[in-house]
Amino acid sequence: MAEEMTLEDVKRHVRVYITVFIALAVLTVVTVGVSYLHMPFTPALLVALAIATVKAALVALYFMHLISEKQVILWVLLSAAVFLVGMFALFIGAHADQEDIATLAKLILSSHVA
Amino acid sequence: MQIPYEVQARPDTGVNNAKLGIWLFLASEVMLFGGLFAAYVFLRIGADAWPGMMMYGTEVMAERADEILNVPLATLNTMILIASSVTMVMAWASLKMDRFDRYKLYMGLTILLALGFLVVKSFEYGEKFDHHWYASTNNFLGVYFVLTGLHAIHVTGGILVNAYFWGPGTKLWKRGTARDKAHFTNRIEVAGLYWHFVDLVWIFLFPTIYLI
Amino acid sequence: MEEGHSHSDAHSAHKEGFWRRYWFSTDHKVIGLQYGFTALLFLLFGFGLMLLMRWQLASPGVEIPLLGALTPEMYNQFGAMHGTIMVFLGIVPLAVGAFGNYVVPLQIGAPDMAFPRLNMASYHFYFWGGVVMLSSFFVPEGAAKAGWTSYPPLADIETMGQTMWLWGMVLLITSSLLGAVNFIVTIIQLRAEGMTFFRLPFFVWAQFITAFLLLLAFPPLEAAGFLQLADRLLDTSFFLPSGLVTADGPLEVAGGGSPLLWQHLFWFLAHPEVYVLILPAMGIVSEILANNTRKPLWGYRLMVASLIFLGFFSFIVWAHHMFITGMGTTISAFFQVTTMIISIPSVVILSALMITLFGGSIRFNTAMWFALGFLPMFGIGGLTGLPLGLAPTDIPLHDTYYVIGHFHYVVAPGTIFALFAGIYYWFPKVTGRTMNETLGRIHFWGSLVAMNGIFFPMLIQGLPGVSRRLFDGGLTYSFAEGVIHYNVVMSVSAFILLLFQLPFIINFFMSIKRGRKVEKSNHWESTTLEWSAAPTPPIGHGNFATVPTVYHGPYEYSVPGHESDFCPQDVPVALSGSDTAKSVES
Ligand code: HEM
Ligand SMILES: [Cu+2]
Repeated sequence: MAEEMTLEDVKRHVRVYITVFIALAVLTVVTVGVSYLHMPFTPALLVALAIATVKAALVALYFMHLISEKQVILWVLLSAAVFLVGMFALFIGAHADQEDIATLAKLILSSHVA
Repeated sequence: MQIPYEVQARPDTGVNNAKLGIWLFLASEVMLFGGLFAAYVFLRIGADAWPGMMMYGTEVMAERADEILNVPLATLNTMILIASSVTMVMAWASLKMDRFDRYKLYMGLTILLALGFLVVKSFEYGEKFDHHWYASTNNFLGVYFVLTGLHAIHVTGGILVNAYFWGPGTKLWKRGTARDKAHFTNRIEVAGLYWHFVDLVWIFLFPTIYLI
Repeated sequence: MEEGHSHSDAHSAHKEGFWRRYWFSTDHKVIGLQYGFTALLFLLFGFGLMLLMRWQLASPGVEIPLLGALTPEMYNQFGAMHGTIMVFLGIVPLAVGAFGNYVVPLQIGAPDMAFPRLNMASYHFYFWGGVVMLSSFFVPEGAAKAGWTSYPPLADIETMGQTMWLWGMVLLITSSLLGAVNFIVTIIQLRAEGMTFFRLPFFVWAQFITAFLLLLAFPPLEAAGFLQLADRLLDTSFFLPSGLVTADGPLEVAGGGSPLLWQHLFWFLAHPEVYVLILPAMGIVSEILANNTRKPLWGYRLMVASLIFLGFFSFIVWAHHMFITGMGTTISAFFQVTTMIISIPSVVILSALMITLFGGSIRFNTAMWFALGFLPMFGIGGLTGLPLGLAPTDIPLHDTYYVIGHFHYVVAPGTIFALFAGIYYWFPKVTGRTMNETLGRIHFWGSLVAMNGIFFPMLIQGLPGVSRRLFDGGLTYSFAEGVIHYNVVMSVSAFILLLFQLPFIINFFMSIKRGRKVEKSNHWESTTLEWSAAPTPPIGHGNFATVPTVYHGPYEYSVPGHESDFCPQDVPVALSGSDTAKSVES
């Protein structure tokens, strides 16, 4: 945050905080409401994640002031975000492309017997 | 010996040391919870059923998380945590407006809300224990207890920090020079950043564990 | 600098008590020394464990004086703890905690680290983490026995020592995280006037990237540690599959977990960790090579770029440790390709260091010998890594002594040589005295020969497939017959290595008291700030009498037209013919 904020700035900020609070509360209600619809798994997941992402973005941008934050900090977060996404992608990829251990064991055993 | 840029921002980076430090710490926290979420995803896509068998031995198969977890209580807790984030940021804004009395009020509220979160959480846990559902029951409950438990530890940490800045930590502000006040305000901003992060983690924990 | 008042200057003047001064110190130099002494002791202890194991391997069952014959349980404890201690309590604390702490603030012209009290906390977390690890030898059934990698399911059902191992790791990780935050903030925020990023000494760059690796790679291991703790203490099954049977019958757990999950989380840290082991070493070697060839580092910017590239890529190669877990071809191909790509920047850095040697008028002192020794040893380590990075060749080599040979070449005659080089190089800075050169030469040549005597036969033993985890060194395996006699060579070499550390230990303590006093502050006629701007030995809190200003790049050696063959970073003269003159402008 800029150090030289005026009183007016702060007051304007406070109005923003209240708005964000209302938005977060509404989104919470929405996500819970949607969950009672008992949608199939994939759309339910996508909706839940989309809403969570919006909420998280609101918190990060306004409460944590990322919207007006300095470059160094954005770089730090970007690097963490890149590694995070990489970790998720590779974990899921590795899982999807994993031979079933039981099948593998049978295969090895049978080749030893033969 | 004085460390440079303890209070003021370094001109070329535009931030002070503590600000950069807390964001770095939060980046590592992102990776900590990221690792836990990745583990959750890994276990869940590998599971035959989720939440799965509720008491092994007997044939109780749960289809959805909300059959086991208390969504209304968790919704309440979500609201509590969001509210505490607002009071936290208001505490900081009060200092910016040089209103120490309001700061004490908002910070006090933040702490109370956080305690409220923990109380609700303990009711939630107690409910599970009454059913003899423990972390060892299955991996669904394991994930539930360990992830929300680690989050609760973070909440507790936040309470301790905030309580310090509500009580003994205010000495710095009361010294009264402009620099001391700016220093204290920075500290509250840093504590706030941590606190909002704890909120942010919950924003992801809540839907992914309770709702889907 | 900025804020005017410096009331705390007065504090450093009056006498502090012993504890405040040496145990709860907030001065980065004292903390660096604390780290240094503690880590050297741990290295010696870890080496001792290994000697006991080597005794057993060379002469299975023969009693060790005072200790008796090793049992398999003891052997497994020593193996697991040797790895853990060397990596997490020895090398990283020495490379980062000691050298990083002591040198980085001095090299960037900072009065201290950005958060001195946090720095103290880092050391104390490290120290207590070490205490927990060591005390685990004394709990029922002893210390952890599941290897430094702690793979479940074994680690999940291990005895109490494994729980201690996990708590110890939590403390060590906390220490590393606090340290990493401190280093990054210090390097970004406390650089002196004029010290732009491209005027940072390479050592500082190496520490900077290392800190990022620690910051972002350790937390997932911490997460994994918590999950394993839950498995052990709360009886969860995160890492336990269904239907697991042990010698005591079926395991009474819910099951449904995945041992592979641990491996992914572990190696997500542990591959970046190997760069944590090597990058500071490269940094030290670069400083010493530039200083003793009296030439600028060749391709400084290219080296920095390689470093950043290494940092990023080290996060996406981890599964090359898991080729035999049955991963599919697509994901395996991905990790093979990234592994091959990541060796390029290592080669670039190594080549740049070699080219730096060309045409230099080299000063051969002990520090330089160790730095020179690092180059081919790291080269062997890196080259032997390539066959491991390709699944077809890794599958027969995995878990054999070849792997042990590979990484010990990188870490032992590689990193440890660089750390020795650093000790000889910065010793005059810390004490104002130099170490004895003759003893230094004996230490170097003896260690070089002994190290190769230990590690080269490992590569040979691994080729026919001798497993890295055998209590008797392979006596019962027919395929080991042709190579088993190397066990004696390796064990004898290991004891010779111990012998050749004695000159070092003697030299070290003698020189603190009796070493030749340096004649001038800048003993090695170096260009970097820790020598040119700060006094030798350094003053207490505060580092610099006047805050230095930086005018040019870090390695202005033998600049044509300049009066002497070095031009320190804080000397305000214009250098026309210099390599880095370009970068000064930009
Ligand atoms: C330069 C290129 C390198 C390549 C291509 C490479 C590749 C590999 C591969 C594929 C493995 C796994 C082998 C197996 O378990 O089957 C391995 C193991 C290992 N490498 Fe490297 N490596 C390289 C450099 C390094 C460096 C610089 C270090 C450390 C300073 C290092 C430390 C290790 C360690 C500690 C292990 C063994 C871990 C264990 O299983 O206990 N490597 N390396
Ligand atoms: Cu690796």
